Amino acid sequence: MLEASMVKRLRDYTLDFTLRAESGQITVLMGTNGSGKSTSLNIIAGLLQPDTAKITLNGECICETREGINIPVEDRRIGYVLQNPAVFPHMTVHDNVAFGLRARRTPRAEVTGYVAEWMDRMHITDLAGVKAGNLSGGQKQRVALARALATDPVLLMLDEPFTALDAESTQSVKDLTRQYVRDFNIPCILVTHRVADSEEIGDRACVLCQGRMEWEGIPTEMPELCTVCRCP
Amino acid sequence: MIPHSLRPKNYRQSLTYLAAGILIVSVTLYLALPIVALFLRIPPDQFFSTLHNPDVISALWLSLFTTVVTLVVVILVGTPFAYFHSRYTYPGKVIVDTLIDLPLVLPPAVAGVALLMLWGRTGLLGRYFNMFGITIAFTTLAVIMAQIFVASPFYLRQAKSLFEQLDPAYEQTARTLGSSPLRTLVLVTLPMTAGGLISGAVMTFGRALGEFGATIMFAGNLPGVTQTMPLAVYVGMEGDLYVGLTISILLVIISFTIMIIVRLVQKREAGHA
Repeated sequence: MLEASMVKRLRDYTLDFTLRAESGQITVLMGTNGSGKSTSLNIIAGLLQPDTAKITLNGECICETREGINIPVEDRRIGYVLQNPAVFPHMTVHDNVAFGLRARRTPRAEVTGYVAEWMDRMHITDLAGVKAGNLSGGQKQRVALARALATDPVLLMLDEPFTALDAESTQSVKDLTRQYVRDFNIPCILVTHRVADSEEIGDRACVLCQGRMEWEGIPTEMPELCTVCRCP
Repeated sequence: MIPHSLRPKNYRQSLTYLAAGILIVSVTLYLALPIVALFLRIPPDQFFSTLHNPDVISALWLSLFTTVVTLVVVILVGTPFAYFHSRYTYPGKVIVDTLIDLPLVLPPAVAGVALLMLWGRTGLLGRYFNMFGITIAFTTLAVIMAQIFVASPFYLRQAKSLFEQLDPAYEQTARTLGSSPLRTLVLVTLPMTAGGLISGAVMTFGRALGEFGATIMFAGNLPGVTQTMPLAVYVGMEGDLYVGLTISILLVIISFTIMIIVRLVQKREAGHA
């Protein structure tokens, strides 16, 4: 379970809210552009320094500004797929998926096994030797997801993962994400601005507005106050 | 036979084609004819025999040595400098930006005088080195320092711009995957900017090889010690014309090679994009 309280002074407002994400569930973070969704994920991942924060992951404190605790990004074991899936274009798909495993000094034989397993799960085995720069948007998203999940993260964070995908790829990524979160019983935070996605994939939804939590609950029960977030 | 797409449709269009043709031919001839004249002025057998002239060999080796050292220093110091400069905000960053660009517009002779005022025997810092018997001006080291001063902006500007343009998502993703900052730099940032860095390095090499003004002011013109190829051309034109012409042709060949390498790297990069 993730519990994150954070405060960060931004240019137009102060981001100040507490986010809880249960293990085995997908918590959807919603809000209009600039409401602080991606900033929150960056703070949880350790990519952005908060003014004050207390973040615990499965009971372990990964950041507490008052006590000077700040676990480095690379040691937080968070699988984070950013809005730009950022597959490394100069590497093959295989090397992309293996990147995190090698960074964590996984034995070579195990790397081969894990990479093969995750490429199979994401249906990208045929692309193993292809340079990632030559992939389509949907393929890149699958590679990014496989790469994040192969490291066996204790928290999964996906920032607008469906933006560049066609309907078929979107459904596929949704199914894979849901299955992984259930199977491995880890918390997952998914950022989207589409209510339909939230209702389909989310177990819980949180609505951010100007850095504050306006509402949280079951996605299908989202009240009218969220009409501002609905896609046309 | 003129291709259909190029056939003039009316009088005004044909005039435009004529003006464009004259302009293109004029500019091409203006740039190419001096090079042609250089090659035609010296018979091939004379060119090859002059290649064995001790002054030519000495200048060639000194130029290659100093330029390679310059390039290594610029890459080793310039790459991390450009990386940190592009990633962090610090007081006076705008001033540093201007200083990086300054040698590009500063007359090289002025750069040489400035270096002499700093590192010369009575210079701002040079006087202290001189107290310990260390002389910098008018040595091979001075040649390298002059080349670094004048040529490094080509690499620094390129590297800075490449690092600034790279989407931070790549490095951030690498970090979340467990990669240390150094590993991220080596495996993600540098390979993703390698093409541009190579182009910058090649241009720096070319500029350092052709350096004249700052070198003659700060390092002098001592054969075998500070007399690089451009300086040997200058001396040759006052003495043995064939020495001047032979070295000039060598420099033209090297410059062409540099431009071809840059074009190939850019083409390869465009293919990858």
